[in-house]
Amino acid sequence: MRYSAFSIVKNALSGNLKWKPQWRQAEPKSHYDVLIVGGGGHGLATAYYLAKEFGVKNVAVLEKGYLGSGNVGRNTTIVRSNYMLPGNEPFYEFSMKLWEGLERELNYNVMLSQRGVIMLYHSDGQRDAYIRRGNAMWMEGVAAELIERDQLKKMIPFLNYDHARYPILGGLLQRRAGTARHDAVAWGYARGADRHGVDIIEHCEVTAIRRENGIVTGVETTKGFIGCGKLALAAAGNTSRVGEMADLKLPIESHVLQAFVTEGLKPCIDHVIVYGGGHFYISQSDKGGLVFGAEIDGYTSYAQRGNLATAEHVMEEGVTMIPGLSRVRVLRSWAGVMDMSMDGSPIIDRTPIDNLYLNCGWCYGGFKATPASGYCFAHLIAKNDTHPVARFLRLDRFARGYAVDEAGAGPQPNLH
Amino acid sequence: MASLITCPHCGVRPKEEFAIRGDASLLRPAPTASDEAWHDYVYVRANPRGRTLEHWQHVGGCRRFLVVERDTFTHEVHSVTDGAAFARENGR
Repeated sequence: MRYSAFSIVKNALSGNLKWKPQWRQAEPKSHYDVLIVGGGGHGLATAYYLAKEFGVKNVAVLEKGYLGSGNVGRNTTIVRSNYMLPGNEPFYEFSMKLWEGLERELNYNVMLSQRGVIMLYHSDGQRDAYIRRGNAMWMEGVAAELIERDQLKKMIPFLNYDHARYPILGGLLQRRAGTARHDAVAWGYARGADRHGVDIIEHCEVTAIRRENGIVTGVETTKGFIGCGKLALAAAGNTSRVGEMADLKLPIESHVLQAFVTEGLKPCIDHVIVYGGGHFYISQSDKGGLVFGAEIDGYTSYAQRGNLATAEHVMEEGVTMIPGLSRVRVLRSWAGVMDMSMDGSPIIDRTPIDNLYLNCGWCYGGFKATPASGYCFAHLIAKNDTHPVARFLRLDRFARGYAVDEAGAGPQPNLH
Repeated sequence: MASLITCPHCGVRPKEEFAIRGDASLLRPAPTASDEAWHDYVYVRANPRGRTLEHWQHVGGCRRFLVVERDTFTHEVHSVTDGAAFARENGR
């Protein structure tokens, strides 16, 4: 069923009893041309673009839990393309452009809100770094604006401009960036993929990868053996565990990242604001809750829960930036398991096994990349060739000396 | 994670006094080892879901490097050893 104003009226007249499920509850067939492991945003987007853009219809997505139960439902919903390095920026801008057309593409309201992302700077050195980043963005055709302190005070009056240690001197603004409704992205891609004939198989965990003569022939799952022509891994958070089944050596550590949401407030924060004294980011959801987070906890974990010390640190950063936050009550917090790569950038590439493809290492920036990740991964799987904007995001870049290290932190995942 | 860590030098201390460096199961290759050996040491991680060895530094106390055996799923801490003692015990 195509969604439209007409479909809403029509279904309202029949008491809203005739809405159809958005995707089928598929049972696995014995063989697929392409099997995708991981029913999160990236896996579903990959399936969608494979079927729609690249004509690969015999595709299944395997998800061990329910659809969207992983990081696609556990993030702070920010979408932006304000990166500096030439290995990253074209990719994230490609993603931003796909975001801008996504609702029409999917016939689904993903509630994209281009409210602008502003990254604050607190010192002359940081200002110079942000000017450089803004220039790098312009070089790739992406608009960036440097907002000076006086102008910023009019835009966002409630910040702590005169903090002794981290005075706010201005910010770098990307107006096209913003937020999107994370669950709707997963559901929209699932519905779109399903309509193009993709089987989405929930509660089906991969337990082993079967190989013969050096190539993958299928996977053992909790629903039995499923054969495949090509196997694609998009299991961020558990990449090392799935990769281990195929003896892959991966530059990945799993870390835990927390996020928080407050009680609902009247509209007060109009942008996504990123604090430059630490790494705190905040926006206001359409329900009114303030959604915020900061750095990863700093230790490897698969637990999907974080530590109170980090929670306290996040609150302190928030209150340093916006003193008024101290009066707001936090409703709930959650944590997700991040694939932290050794340079803070993702991997979309082939593997040493010919028909096994890998999509991983999203660190804590995977949500904004969902459309481009899916598109580029589908391109790679269908054509066995890297998409031009993802050409730097290779698995062997560390061995070749081509790390894409945006933070300049070196191979120390808890610092990215 | 456990809120209290038993430092072999300082006794029971709050976890916040410690900084976590990362994987302690890796063995530093010889300077003349192959590029591949060095690549694996610097970039490749086993990333286990379960027991793991980590280097922690007691920055708010004795400042010694320690080896902590910890579970990455339950966050349980099994043992804390002095880094130098651990290296000797394991013939490093």
